Amino acid sequence: MLFLRRTLPLIIAFAVGLIGILVFYIPHSGAQSLEYELTKWDRIVAAFALALGIYSLMRLHWGRVRRQQAGWAYSFLVFVGFTVMFIFAIYNDGHGPFNPQVADSGPFVWMFNNVQVPADATMFSILAFFIASAAYRTFRARTPEAAILLVSAIIVMIGRVPIGGLISDSIPELSQWLMAVPNLAAKRGILLGVSLGIVATSLRIIFGIERSYLGGGEE
Amino acid sequence: MRYFLCCITLVLYTAQVHAQQPTGVKAEDTPNDSGGNITVTWDYPKPYEGVEQIKYTIVVGESENGPFHGTKFSAANLQSSDPGTFGYGEETFQKLFARVDEYTDPTDPPKRIAIENGKTYYVQVIAHLPSGESFPSATVSAEAYENFFNRTKTNNFVIGTIFSLIILISIFLAQKRELFIRRIAGLEALDEALGRATEMGKPVLFAHGLTSMGTVSTIAAVNVLSRVANRTAEFNTELRVANNDPVVMAVSQEVVKESYLNAGRPDAYSEDSVFMVATEQFSYAAALDGMMVRDRPATNIMMGYFFAESLLLAETGASIGAIQIAGTDSYTQLPFFITTCDYTLMGEELYAASAYLSREPKLLGSLKGQDIGKAALLIVMILGTLLATLGIQTLTHIFTAY
Repeated sequence: MLFLRRTLPLIIAFAVGLIGILVFYIPHSGAQSLEYELTKWDRIVAAFALALGIYSLMRLHWGRVRRQQAGWAYSFLVFVGFTVMFIFAIYNDGHGPFNPQVADSGPFVWMFNNVQVPADATMFSILAFFIASAAYRTFRARTPEAAILLVSAIIVMIGRVPIGGLISDSIPELSQWLMAVPNLAAKRGILLGVSLGIVATSLRIIFGIERSYLGGGEE
Repeated sequence: MRYFLCCITLVLYTAQVHAQQPTGVKAEDTPNDSGGNITVTWDYPKPYEGVEQIKYTIVVGESENGPFHGTKFSAANLQSSDPGTFGYGEETFQKLFARVDEYTDPTDPPKRIAIENGKTYYVQVIAHLPSGESFPSATVSAEAYENFFNRTKTNNFVIGTIFSLIILISIFLAQKRELFIRRIAGLEALDEALGRATEMGKPVLFAHGLTSMGTVSTIAAVNVLSRVANRTAEFNTELRVANNDPVVMAVSQEVVKESYLNAGRPDAYSEDSVFMVATEQFSYAAALDGMMVRDRPATNIMMGYFFAESLLLAETGASIGAIQIAGTDSYTQLPFFITTCDYTLMGEELYAASAYLSREPKLLGSLKGQDIGKAALLIVMILGTLLATLGIQTLTHIFTAY
């Protein structure tokens, strides 16, 4: 049992990890088709996992409806939405479930374009207010760092709108310099650390040193 | 006299043909590929007025004496435009190249026949002058075959191997002596945050980023989840893990279950604690925001790769007064997390989190290796900047990706 739960996953992680690295350097068609095959397996696993995901979603919301938890009506809406979209997907604009999904007409597409897309856009637009409130908190110049941040942010914001250029030609230039030099330097510093972190994490997993993803860690 | 004039004309014509004819033509298998491709190289013509207007075509035949068939290639380029294959030598500015992977089917001209591996093909380069005259080169032959190593990635392979060895040696050495690892405030505060949730009797909410299980940041997030689940199992605190990817959800369920088992609290694990929320970005954000407002978790942990939803989640979390610990390698979202969360793991700290929390020597050793690698990169960068300033590009070329 321990072999199935610990050793076998470690062997698979080692083999697949090593293959993943090697095919990056080997252009031979055998290596490339092996990589393609592995990505196909990934898609098949994802398809089965989607069924698990739907089950989990339904179970979660059914529990809320059954217990009549706060906001249970929203959970009920999940079932309504799921059923309606499922029926429309089966209907497939009159082409039935055994044909490719019609992508530009029909009730499924209409619902997506007129319910899902505006709802997404609404959530995205809320971000503007959240940015304003977060910026207000951050830009209170209580420390020297916050003061530098405040001044830099003002220069960048003014430099990016037409009024910045009207006030002075140097504001857009300064804004551009802030983005291209200090900002880019910090960004690249983070990226270098991230890249090395990815190498280290990958090695830890490939060589079975990091076992947290199996749950628990060392035994 | 007539004979003499004929001879002179012939000599002049031959000389002109030789002047316009592509010279130095070579054909060989295209390196670093999976075959089915031939690279043809030839000399850039000697400069004269109108040399830029010469157009080239390449014809391919299966026999040395033809017939030859047209090929399709966009334009002949100088070898200097592909340093990965041809290097950085001066001669790369004097040579043209083109790649051929198919030729016109003589029996059905719109169709194309692909170059086969292991078969000899005969190639001619034809120069077309603006005057309408054409001059074919000498015939050369080549075979395409599959390559076992992409030589353009040699630098990547060598540098990657060196860094990997540094990390592996550090892991080995870490088992022999104690290592100093700098304090990471966000991870030091994790126990405090989980303890607060325990005292308040409220749940801990864990959100992965939006990327799939195939990304290392999600794997790092799952590793952190494992440590968090261990602690919540010990503290007997409710843990809620919201997912947007079914595969990540399935992995997280197993990880949390195993962690509860390892903590000796399998009874405390509930299947409902790791659940699917939504696959769409803003549906996921809306659902999580709703959960935060309704359930008021005492601690929010957001680990992984986030996009625009980061601020929606973190700002809502801040508004309910939850302790928030975030970790991401998405540098575009880092400012939002720093602004709204109590602690933020920046970039590499996310990858270090699992090792830091476990305190296992081998895992800590890999962190040390990372730091040595970073120091080496810093030295290379300083040296590379100095050399590039002096006009020496060797180090820059070594660290260029092809």
